[in-house]
Amino acid sequence: MTEFPRIELASENALILYLDKHTSETVAATIAALLPQIRVALGDNLLDLIPSYNSILVQYHPLKTDHFRMRAQLKALLKAQSDKELNNEQGELVRLPVWYSEESGPDLAHLAEQAGLSVDDVIALHEQTQYRVYAIGFAPGFAYLGEVDERIAAPRLATPRKRVPTGAVAIADRQTAVYPAPSPGGWNLIGLCPQLMFDKSASPPMPVRVGDRVQFYHIDKDTFLRLGGKMETFR
Amino acid sequence: MSGIVIENPGMLALLTDQGRMGQAHLGLTTGGPMDPFAFTLANALVGNPTNATVIETTLGNLSVRANKDILIAVTGAPTPLQIAGQPCALWQRHSVKKGQVIEIGAPTEGLRNYLAIGGGLTVDAEFGSTSTVLREGIGGLRGQKLQQGDTLAVGQSATPHRDCALPQSAIPTYHADAPLRLVTGYQYEQFSVTSRSRFFNSQYRISDQADRMGYRLTGPAIPAASRALLSEGIALGAVQVPADGQPIILLNDRQTIGGYPKLGSVLAMDCARLSQWRPGTTLSFEPISIEQAHNLLHLHHAKLTRLLQQLEQHHE
Repeated sequence: MTEFPRIELASENALILYLDKHTSETVAATIAALLPQIRVALGDNLLDLIPSYNSILVQYHPLKTDHFRMRAQLKALLKAQSDKELNNEQGELVRLPVWYSEESGPDLAHLAEQAGLSVDDVIALHEQTQYRVYAIGFAPGFAYLGEVDERIAAPRLATPRKRVPTGAVAIADRQTAVYPAPSPGGWNLIGLCPQLMFDKSASPPMPVRVGDRVQFYHIDKDTFLRLGGKMETFR
Repeated sequence: MSGIVIENPGMLALLTDQGRMGQAHLGLTTGGPMDPFAFTLANALVGNPTNATVIETTLGNLSVRANKDILIAVTGAPTPLQIAGQPCALWQRHSVKKGQVIEIGAPTEGLRNYLAIGGGLTVDAEFGSTSTVLREGIGGLRGQKLQQGDTLAVGQSATPHRDCALPQSAIPTYHADAPLRLVTGYQYEQFSVTSRSRFFNSQYRISDQADRMGYRLTGPAIPAASRALLSEGIALGAVQVPADGQPIILLNDRQTIGGYPKLGSVLAMDCARLSQWRPGTTLSFEPISIEQAHNLLHLHHAKLTRLLQQLEQHHE
């Protein structure tokens, strides 16, 4: 059987660390704890880090160092990390406002019906959980958050929408996300968030990082508009 | 002040520097020149810093008018180049007078060319780089490809007007002449021995779905190692195998994370060769060890350094 954590080659200048076969709160917290340590330990030899559900891709400068040294350094960090007490509070807690309604979330009523719950129950279940930012990708600023309560987990739409607007709060399986920019998408839309998830002119450009925790809270339409949210049409 | 104006952008003309590193945690990909050797030499020939911004064309047909006296060099795929209607050589520095037009024609072989201008193009960086990534709408001018009428400022050039050309023997060829070398890794061990052997012993064809994001190949299907893989970071050149078994080589504008099983990654210098090959080209793969890969990288770097030193002497 394969042992975890393990380090695999990914390319001429990248190694990939697999923390576990699956992801979990602990795995996400471990990744959040490891990222700054890897940045410090590798220094100028590091080109880029791509954290995701159960892995971290480490890209290094292949002319300044080599994979033997990188592997040894990463192994040492993993070893030291495994001896540490993990703190589940790892990562910032970021609270994001959501205007949940059938007007701002065209799939909310259908999702509630499929789940055998009231719309209010769906909202309550969505905002009660502290989600972990498992990965950022697909598009700039797209943060995959998990896991949603299994009672409101919902499969992707059979026909994806051609355009999902900026700020759409969505559920697919046991993941939830806020669309950072308009894009095609097949997730179930349940509300709108006025907080931009990717803002080129802001510093930092994203309100969350991998390993952070996110909790949503409901706001009404007036508050949504006052916070700078824009009305959207859905098709 | 305006240095150049785009009279005809051709199919795809993009502003690019070396690429956008260190922003993957925001979901931003690297972008950057598809053929880094040609990019680097274009800048070196006009005496620019290594990260100066140039124009990358795909399938040529770019016309640019100089609004002041400038120095230029065009590198990359063999292509007719004209300045004020006169044929000129690639991989060589030329002076262009104010009002003259530089025309890059359609490549006879290969896909991409680099037009560097002495002093570099002055473009505001986004997330530390000017490289245009169309899918993200980041970099370049407005995150888009160059359009007719776009004007660009040119920085101060320190280079004296002297001949400067790359030695003929150092000019690369742009046909598919050797297998793509692949460092095995990621889920390689999860592919069966039969699958791996089929992959390395087959010819694949570049399909029409080949762009800066990735090249989709057609050929003998490789049974996928597993289906539900958690999305993970994707390195340059990663060869992923989706459910239909047709490999995809992921290039500069790839998404930063993805969930298909991967056999490993093609060497960066072979990704550069690949990115000059057109749809319909057949190719094959050869496995190499990480030690071989590092040796090849150092060798390539040494050669490049020597070439750059030779050009440097011309500038003095």
